[in-house]
Amino acid sequence: MELKGKVHRFGSDVNTDYIISGKYKFKTLDMNELAKHVMEDLDSDFYSKIEQGDFIVADSNFGCGSSREQAPLAIKYAGIGAVIATSFARIFYRNAINIGLPVIECDTSGIEAGDQLEVDLKKGVIRNLTKDQVIRVKPLPDVMIKILNDGGLVGHFRKYGTFNVE
Amino acid sequence: MGTGKTIVEKIIGAHAGKEVEAGDIVIAELDFMMGQDGTSPLAINALKEMEVEKLYDPWKVAMVIDHSAPSPLEGVSALHDMMRKFAKEQGVKLYDIGCGVCHQLMPEQGHVVPGNLVVGADSHTCTYGAINAFATGVGSTDLAAAMASGKLWFKVPETIKFVLKGKLPIGVFSKDVILFLIGQVTADGATYKAVEFTGPVIDDLSVEARFTISNMAIEMGGKAGLMEADEKTIRWVKEHSNKPFTPVKADPDAVYEKVLEYDLSDLVPQVAKPHTVDNVAPIDEVMGTPIQQAVLGTCTNGRLEDLRIAAAILKGKKVNPDVRFIVAPASKEIYLKAMNEGTIQTLVEAGAAVVTPGCGPCVGTHNGVPSDGENVISTANRNFKGRMGNGKAFIYLGSPATVAASAIEGKIADPRNYLTEGDSQWS
Repeated sequence: MELKGKVHRFGSDVNTDYIISGKYKFKTLDMNELAKHVMEDLDSDFYSKIEQGDFIVADSNFGCGSSREQAPLAIKYAGIGAVIATSFARIFYRNAINIGLPVIECDTSGIEAGDQLEVDLKKGVIRNLTKDQVIRVKPLPDVMIKILNDGGLVGHFRKYGTFNVE
Repeated sequence: MGTGKTIVEKIIGAHAGKEVEAGDIVIAELDFMMGQDGTSPLAINALKEMEVEKLYDPWKVAMVIDHSAPSPLEGVSALHDMMRKFAKEQGVKLYDIGCGVCHQLMPEQGHVVPGNLVVGADSHTCTYGAINAFATGVGSTDLAAAMASGKLWFKVPETIKFVLKGKLPIGVFSKDVILFLIGQVTADGATYKAVEFTGPVIDDLSVEARFTISNMAIEMGGKAGLMEADEKTIRWVKEHSNKPFTPVKADPDAVYEKVLEYDLSDLVPQVAKPHTVDNVAPIDEVMGTPIQQAVLGTCTNGRLEDLRIAAAILKGKKVNPDVRFIVAPASKEIYLKAMNEGTIQTLVEAGAAVVTPGCGPCVGTHNGVPSDGENVISTANRNFKGRMGNGKAFIYLGSPATVAASAIEGKIADPRNYLTEGDSQWS
């Protein structure tokens, strides 16, 4: 899978309350509606700045805090192609894979806001076209690759009726 | 290097039917699973999309309406309705509004016992580590897969062991301990890792106070916050559950990612400042900060002991007229006990507004959203910007004692000024 887009830059410890506030997520299952409030407490008009396929790039511990799956869903429905971070909080990472949002762990220190990136998930490589740099990506565990390839955990269960990952 | 096993390696291994060690990825059988009103509706939808008609074992599932309960909005009402119908159709135990916070109910109502492997679609599921269960938070789709198959995949985590030595001074509580530790290791200090809490400080704590510590393991990124089961644990669990259980101990030569030792004999009350939980300061640094709202409750500190500590401080005194003091007992059972013994009366006479047992104002959906620029001191576990429903408010976290003392003074206050030797039963 090849992805291409521009970078929206965030720092460390971006928690799931920032990604989608509790005051919205309890109200509705309409993800297009929730997506409009993505990252609102960090950048009040973030949603309007996103072009389809753009990347969220962050430092460590992205997605810490609550287990709300609305967080990766809001990011996905806002049109973000992938989240790239130095590290992720565990529950967010699982949730993202389960709902089919690519999450990529790598050294993000050289990536800046506005950079154009090209991501090759299969080869595990990010090309920073603006800076002419190549960044190696930490590979996903096999179980997660299988789930992603089935289109997420729902697709996996539709296919096998249970876990078929060992 | 030893070859022994940690608690988490033993529990996951027992449920995967083989020996495991940190780093292994396994499918494990679950003893219990839980969802709340913020996460269950998406799980119910995922089950439909998975084309699952019957749950693997509805007796192993509970759903709790606690986060926005009773419903403040039409949209929320529709989601609650969806949960009620699903629970009825599938024969799943539903705890409706007023029953309490999911993380109080799971152990209190006997669903979780030592040695269990439990998942909950809520990040604070790690709370049950205090009674020696490997319990961890998952998202809605993982919960759906778990309800469909009775299983889930796990990467066996490495473990960080905290050895807590000494004796807590008067006015210093388990909340201060966990805030201090989070400040030490930071918000991602235990990401992907399990945490074990041990040592004389843990031994001295009541089971209720231990829940507070395990509850906040996630605030350092921890996948679980485990403790061994001692006599107090076993007595507590037998009072709450009929399920058979076998406590799990770590081997003396278990392999840890690291072992961190602290002597807490000189610990002072701790406060997490806005807007991260690891932004922790000793009480002197924040004392005097004016507050407009004080919150006592949540899955961290809404237990009977917490209400009693606050009542001991507030007895015969009044909450500052410029402060709204909101109290949310963590469960109906706690509410009734606190009412019968007079604790609730003491709190209300002092000026508390008691709300429905449940999550209270912690998640920003109802029960006390602060105004722009206001400061809140709360016994909750998170102080993220916007957490309580207003991104322009400031949240400080402290123990029930610190919250009660602050409610009296109208500014962040040192609870040690309100407690004497006689109050040491709670430390």
